[in-house]
Amino acid sequence: MSDEPKVIDARNTFCPGPLMELIAQMKQAEVGEEMELLSTDKGSAEDVPEWINKVGHEVISNEEKDGVWRIRVRKLK
Amino acid sequence: MRILIIGGGMGGTILGNNLARRLKGELKAGKAKITMLSASDQHMYQPGLLYVAVGQMTPDQLYRDQRGLLEPGIDFEVDPVEEFDLDNNRVKTKAGKTHEYDILAIATGSRIVPEAIPGLAENAEFFYTEESAVKMFKRLREFEGGKVVITVGVPHKCPMAPLEITFMLNDYFKDRGIRDKVQLHYTYPIGRTHSLENVAKWATPEFERLGITYETLFNMKEVDGKNKVLKSEEGTETNYDLLIAIPAHKGMEVIEKNNLGQSGWIPTDRHRLNMEGRDNVFVLGDTTNLPISKAGSTAHFEAEAIAENIASIVKIGVPVRDYDGKVFCFIEAGKDRATYAMFNYQNPPDPKPPTKAVHWFKMAYNQLYWASARGLL
Repeated sequence: MSDEPKVIDARNTFCPGPLMELIAQMKQAEVGEEMELLSTDKGSAEDVPEWINKVGHEVISNEEKDGVWRIRVRKLK
Repeated sequence: MRILIIGGGMGGTILGNNLARRLKGELKAGKAKITMLSASDQHMYQPGLLYVAVGQMTPDQLYRDQRGLLEPGIDFEVDPVEEFDLDNNRVKTKAGKTHEYDILAIATGSRIVPEAIPGLAENAEFFYTEESAVKMFKRLREFEGGKVVITVGVPHKCPMAPLEITFMLNDYFKDRGIRDKVQLHYTYPIGRTHSLENVAKWATPEFERLGITYETLFNMKEVDGKNKVLKSEEGTETNYDLLIAIPAHKGMEVIEKNNLGQSGWIPTDRHRLNMEGRDNVFVLGDTTNLPISKAGSTAHFEAEAIAENIASIVKIGVPVRDYDGKVFCFIEAGKDRATYAMFNYQNPPDPKPPTKAVHWFKMAYNQLYWASARGLL
């Protein structure tokens, strides 16, 4: 897979919100594809990994800098 | 300046009318021309389908003649676009006609794709088309009791619809005197009952007060119609007697076929609302790939910003306004109470407790919409 993940820029959006955006993008992604979600919602740091783990995908990294969470994930199935 | 608007839904219509008023002098002098191409000669008030599904409106109340809604200065043709040639500023229609433009606005909307989930189209009721909303109401009339599951696909149009239909079903069965025989069960894709945190904070205790059960982090995977079981991506399942779905949506096929955007959503600048890499192509309403609500009000407010900008491009050569992400959604909390959520890119909503006054304002807006579409409200 490419080293450059598809970036989902959900900063400063409330509805449908970062996790819903990620779910929509994951549905149309290929297995093995990586994505990076940008979010200014601090709740994303917890609810995104919770969903990713529950469905069985992979969280590669989860970092915050200057109020922006960058959560990199990989579709596994 | 030739301005071409593709789509005669809420976004395209408000844009055309607003623009025609702003450019009245230029249209009269022949310095500007506005053309709208649409797939239908009818304009549907789509939010009304929710009411059709519970027997509060009939389909004929949702339609007006599209030409009659438009300012006289707009050339309107029922001839949908099939090919976009953005490099040469022209489109080709189903009838084989070529339209050249200086500025293009794409407002083709979205569609449900229940077929994306195995078993869903055959076994669930929907209310996102006239036919399905009428069919759903007929099923509700026949329903005498059991478990009703309301389930939600991603992405979907009208973010309040899942909650609204649930609260309206609660009142519908109560009015029929069979609420005690009906279990209402709501599923939602993320870890709370609504994407907007403040809306979820209001809706969750309402569910508990009304005896509506719910399961979060539930994304539809497949429907086993034989055994009446809905299965989730997360590995859980729920049985049902009546399945009501808010299906996932996609943009229109013509957008995908012309490679303008994955799943029919066109990459769009969130403030300028132009297609990424194309200064003379604007995108509005459901057609954008913006991570904001796919709702009529979004299309409305985007249309106003784009109209102001196209008019200023004609008059002074540059756009003047940025879209601030404004969205306004009514939230029906039953048959006779409602609240609303208003927000933009910077400010989250803070919905107030539902009142009868807001519900009656929404009832009034269902009629006022036609003034809105004409660009008067």
